[in-house]
Amino acid sequence: MPVSQRLSFLTSRLARLRPALIVLGTGLLLAACSSVILEPAGPIAAKEKQLILISTALMLLVVLPVIILTLFFAIWYRASNTRAHAMPNWAHSNAIEVVVWTVPALIVLALGWLAWTTTHALDPYRPLEETGKPTLEIDVVALDWKWLFIYPEQNIASVNEVAFPIDRPVHFEITSDTVMNSFFIPGLAGQMYAMAGMRTELSLIANRPGTFGGLSANYSGAGFSGMRFTALATSDEEFDAWTRKVAAAGRPLDETAYAELAKTRENSPVVYYAPGDPNLLVNLIKKYRHTPPPEPTGDKGADQVSETPPAAHADH
Amino acid sequence: MTILDLPEAHSLHAKQHPPAHEDDAELTEKTVFGFWLYLMSDVVLFATLFAVYAVVGRSYAGGPTGRELFDLWFVLAETAVLLASSVAFGFVTLAAQEQRKQATLLWMAVTFAIGTVFIVMEVYEFHHLIEEGAGPSRSAFLSAYFTLVGTHGLHVFSGLLWMIVMAVQLARDGLTATVHRRLGLLGLFWHFLDVIWIVVFTEVYLIGVL
Amino acid sequence: MNPLLGKLTLEQVPYHEPIIMGAVGVALLGVLAVAVLFQRYRLWGWLWSEYITSVDHKKIGIMYVLLGLIMLLRGFTDAVMMRIQQSMSLDPNPGYLPPEHFDQIFTAHGVIMIFFVAMPLIVGLMNIAVPLQIGARDVAFPFLNSLSFWLTFSGAMLVNASLIFGEFAKTGWAAYPPLSQLSFSPDVGVDYYIWSLQISGIGTLLTGVNFLATILRMRAPGMKMMRMPIFVWTAFCTNVLIVAAFPILTVTLALLGLDRYIGTHFFTNDGGGEQMMYVNLFWAWGHPEVYILVLPAFGVFSEVVATFSGKPLFGYKTMVWATIAITFFSFVVWLHHFFTMGAGANVNAFFGIATMIIAVPTGVKMFNWLFTMFRGRVRFSVPMLWSIGFIITFTIGGMTGVLLAMPGADFVLHNSLFLVAHFHNTIIGGVVFGIFAALNYWFPKALGFRLSEPLGRASFWCWLVGFYVAFMPLYVLGFMGMTRRLNHYPNPEWHPWLVLATVGVAIIAVGILCTILQIAYSVWKRDQLRDTTGDPWDGRTLEWATSSPPPIYNFAETPRVTETDAFANMKANGTGMFVPGTPYEDIHMPRNTAAGFLMGIFSIGLGFGLVWHIWWLVGLGAIAMTAALLVRLFDEDIAYIIPADEVKNMEMQRLQGVGQS
Repeated sequence: MPVSQRLSFLTSRLARLRPALIVLGTGLLLAACSSVILEPAGPIAAKEKQLILISTALMLLVVLPVIILTLFFAIWYRASNTRAHAMPNWAHSNAIEVVVWTVPALIVLALGWLAWTTTHALDPYRPLEETGKPTLEIDVVALDWKWLFIYPEQNIASVNEVAFPIDRPVHFEITSDTVMNSFFIPGLAGQMYAMAGMRTELSLIANRPGTFGGLSANYSGAGFSGMRFTALATSDEEFDAWTRKVAAAGRPLDETAYAELAKTRENSPVVYYAPGDPNLLVNLIKKYRHTPPPEPTGDKGADQVSETPPAAHADH
Repeated sequence: MTILDLPEAHSLHAKQHPPAHEDDAELTEKTVFGFWLYLMSDVVLFATLFAVYAVVGRSYAGGPTGRELFDLWFVLAETAVLLASSVAFGFVTLAAQEQRKQATLLWMAVTFAIGTVFIVMEVYEFHHLIEEGAGPSRSAFLSAYFTLVGTHGLHVFSGLLWMIVMAVQLARDGLTATVHRRLGLLGLFWHFLDVIWIVVFTEVYLIGVL
Repeated sequence: MNPLLGKLTLEQVPYHEPIIMGAVGVALLGVLAVAVLFQRYRLWGWLWSEYITSVDHKKIGIMYVLLGLIMLLRGFTDAVMMRIQQSMSLDPNPGYLPPEHFDQIFTAHGVIMIFFVAMPLIVGLMNIAVPLQIGARDVAFPFLNSLSFWLTFSGAMLVNASLIFGEFAKTGWAAYPPLSQLSFSPDVGVDYYIWSLQISGIGTLLTGVNFLATILRMRAPGMKMMRMPIFVWTAFCTNVLIVAAFPILTVTLALLGLDRYIGTHFFTNDGGGEQMMYVNLFWAWGHPEVYILVLPAFGVFSEVVATFSGKPLFGYKTMVWATIAITFFSFVVWLHHFFTMGAGANVNAFFGIATMIIAVPTGVKMFNWLFTMFRGRVRFSVPMLWSIGFIITFTIGGMTGVLLAMPGADFVLHNSLFLVAHFHNTIIGGVVFGIFAALNYWFPKALGFRLSEPLGRASFWCWLVGFYVAFMPLYVLGFMGMTRRLNHYPNPEWHPWLVLATVGVAIIAVGILCTILQIAYSVWKRDQLRDTTGDPWDGRTLEWATSSPPPIYNFAETPRVTETDAFANMKANGTGMFVPGTPYEDIHMPRNTAAGFLMGIFSIGLGFGLVWHIWWLVGLGAIAMTAALLVRLFDEDIAYIIPADEVKNMEMQRLQGVGQS
C-alpha cells in the first residue's frame, strides 16, 4: 500500500474519533478557563489544583503512549496490511515485560511519594499557622437543609451565610444535627463530612476577596439541592462591619429560635442571630453521644479521627 | 478419581440405582469441597459480625454493660451443652460409617435433643435480658450482642431442622450414598458452629465480663 | 396496621403519576406482547422445559444475559430521565421531576445498573463460557446454578414492583445511614432496596461457591491452573471475591434492616450507633464489587484481543499474576471512597497509595493487550472494535481514578460530577464494553448463529461517541464545582455542558437501539448467519472445539489438554481432542427441575411481604421455599443417562454438519 493510501486510511480511522477528540479538547480548554476548582482563591485550593495538574502530567507519561500505541498497533498490524511483519507465535519478551512493569511502577512510586507528602501538607485538620495571624474559629452545623454558622468569639451566628477576612486562617469545626452532609466551598478548600455526634475539622485561608458559593456535597434528602450558602471573603474592616450587622439584626439563638429554625426546611433564607450559642456544637455532639466529647483544642494531632473509635477504620 | 471411603455403601447404592447417577465418590468429593467453600463464606459473615461487635461492643449508650448482664456460669453451661452435642454427632458419624441405621438414628436423636437444650437456654437468656430492659434496641452494644449470638443461634436452629430432614430421609432410604454424603455435610456444619461459638464465647462473654 | 395487607394501601399505588404509570404501562404491554407471541406459537412448553426448568449452564447463562439486557433498558431509561431533568432545571426552572421522584430515579439507576444489569450479564457470560472453556459438562452444582438465577430474577422483580407498589429508596445507591434509617426514610423504598439486594445477593453468593468448585474441581485432564484460559482465571478471581465480599454486604444490609425493623442501633445517630461503620462495611464489599465486575471483562478482552490478532496472549503469566494482584489489592483500598470523613493524613495516604498500586498491574494488562496486537494480524470484527475502544477509554478512566486516589485532589473532586464521570468511564468503558465484546464473541457459541456485523459496528460507534459526548462534560462540570445528585442548580455556566451530556445520552440511546435491532435482525436472518463450524472466529480455547450451540453434554469425550490455548494448539498440530477410535460412553446428565424456579418465585412473595410487613405472606413464602427445597432434596431421580449409541448418533450428525461447511 502506498504511503498516501496508508495515511488516508489512518486519517479516516481517526476521523471517526473526531467528535470525541473535539469534545475532549474543548472540554479541557474551557474547563481551564471557567472552573472554580482550577481558579483557586486560597493557598489550600491552589495546592490542590497544582496537585491535580502534576499528577495528570505524570500519568499522561503512560496514558498517551498507551493510547497512541493502541491505535498504531491496531492499524498497522491490521490483517490486510501485507507490509506488516506478523509473528503469529510471538507472545513473550522479557525485555518488554520488564519495561511494562517498571514504567508504571516508577510512575506510581512518584505519585505515591506525592500522595504521601501532599496528604500531610493538605490535611484539613492541620492548623494554618504560616500567616502568623490569629485563627478565626467558626462552628458549622448541618441541618435539614441549611447550614448554621456559629462564631464563638464574636458571639454571633448566621444561617446560610458565612464571612471571614482574607489572609487569615479560618478553622471550622463541623457537625450535623441530621443526616450526613459534606461541607464544601469550592475554590477555597476541600470538603469535609458533617456527621451527627461527631466533630470534623477543616482549615482554609482566602487570598482574595470575593463571594463564593458553598454547598453540601453529600446527598442528604429531598431539600439537598437547595442546601447552599454564601461564603464572603472580605477585608478585615468589612468583616468587622459584617459582624456588627449580624449582632445588630439578630435575635438570640436560644432553644426556641433553634426549634423554629428546624421548621423552614427547604431553601432557607439568610438569618442572623446574636448572641450566638457558643456551646451549641458541643451540646449537639453530646446529645447523640452519651460520653462527653473531648474539649475542642484546635490543634489536634493529624491522626486523630474526632470522636471516632479508631477501630472503625482498621478492621474488616 | 479416588474412592474416598464407604466402599460398601458405594456398591450397595450402585446395585439399587445402577445407571442414573454420576460416580458417587466423585460427587461426594465435589460436594464436600463446595460445602467447605460455603463455610468459608460463612466465616466471612461471622468475621464481619465479630468486627461490628468489636467496634460498638463498648457503646453502652448509658445502658447496662456486659459485666452487669452476663452470667458466665450459665454461658459456660451453654458451651458445655453445645460441645456435648458435637460429641454426640461424632457418634452419628461413627454409626453411619458402620452402616448401623438404628444407631445412627438414635445418636441423631441424642444430638438433636442436646442441640435443642442449647437453643432453649439461649432463648431463655435472650428473654431474660429483654425482660430486664436490656433488649437489642437498648444500645449499640446490645444490638451487636443479640445479632452476633442470635445469628449463631439461627445457624444452630437451621442445623436442627436439617437434622429432622436427615432423620426422615435416613428412615426412608437407609444409609444410601446420598444420605452418607449429606450426613457428612451436616457434621461439618455442626462442628463448624462449635468453632464459631468458641470465638463468640471468648470475644463476647469472656472479654466482656473479665 | 391491616393484617391482610400490612403497610400496603391503595394510596401507595402512584396512579396519579403519569410518568410512572406510563412506564408501568409500557412494561406491561411488553410482557403482554411477549405472552401473545408465546401463545400464538405455542411456545409455553418449550419455554418451560428448555429454559425455566433447565439446569444447563448454557441456558441459564442465556437467561442471565436476557435479564441483564432487559434491566439495562430500565436502568438506561432512568439515566435519560436524569439527564433531561438536569438539562432543564437551571434555577428558577424546577425541571419536570420533583425531588422525591428524581431521588428515586438516581438511586434506582445505580442499584439496577450494578446489581441487575452488570452482575447478571457478567454471571451469564461466566455461565456460558467457563464450563466450555475448561472442558466440563456443566457446573459443579447445576441445581444451585438454576436457584442462583431465579433468586437474581426475584430481586430484579422486587425492584420493578417498587414502580407500582409504593416507591424505591431515595437515598442514593449506597443507602448511607442515617438517611436510610426509618427516622429519615419512613417509606418502604429502603426496604425494597434491602430485600431485593439480599435475595439476589444470596443468589450471587451461591454462584461464587458454584463456580469456584467448578473451576477448581472440574477442569479437563491436563488443564493445570497455569493452562487455564485467561477468562477462566478472571472468573476464578471474581468468584473468590464474591465468596469473600458478598457476606459482608449480606451482614451490612441485615444490620440496616434490623435498625429499621426492630429498632437496633447499629448505624443510628443515637444509642451508640456508628454511621461510619456502615460506610466502612459497605465499601469493604463495594470496592471488591468493582473488580468482581471488571475482572471478567478484562478476561473477555484478553480472549478477544488474542483471537482477533491471531496470536497467543502476550505475557500470559504476567496477566495471571496481575489479575491475582488486583484481586488481593481490591480488599485494602475501600477507604478511598471516603477520604473526606476525617480520617488522619497517615490513614488517607496509606489507602491512597494502596489504590495507586492497583494501577500498576492494570497498566501491565494494558501493555499486554497492546503487545498481543503487536506483530499480529488484527481483524476488526465487532468484538475487537469494542476491545480497542475499551483500551483507550479505560486508560482515561484509570487516569482519573488515580487522580481521585490522591487524597489532596479527592478533597475537591469527591462527590462531584468528576467522580460520576470517572466511574462511568471505567464501568462503561470497562464492564459494558467488555459485555458487548463478549456478547458478539460468544453469541454464535450460545445460540448457533452470529450477530449481524454492520449493526454491531453501528452500535459500537454510537456507544463510543455517545460515551465521550455524555461523560467528558461531566469531568468538566466536576472542575466547575458541580456536585452529584442535584435536582436543580443555580450556575448558568453549567447548563450548556449538561445539555451536551444529554445529547451524548441520546447518541448512546441510538447505540442501544442498534443492539436491539442487531439481535432482532440476526434472529430473523439466523439461517444466513448460522455458525456451522463451531469455530467462527478461529478461536483458541476449548469452547470453539465443540459445535455451536454445543450439545447438552458439551463434549462427547472429555478433552485432554497439554498447553494453554488448547484448541489453537490442536488446530496447529493437527491433533484431535480425543484419542481416535475411543468408543463413545454413556453420559450422565442432571435432569431439569422446577425447584429453583419455584423457590425464586416464592422468594418474591417473601421479599414483598417483608417490604410491606405482610407477615402471613412472609410465612407463606418461607414455608413454600422450604417445601420446594425439601421436595428437591428427597427427589432421587435427579439425573439421567444419554446412552453411548445416542451420543454416537448425535456426534455423527454434528460432525457431518462441520464437514459440510
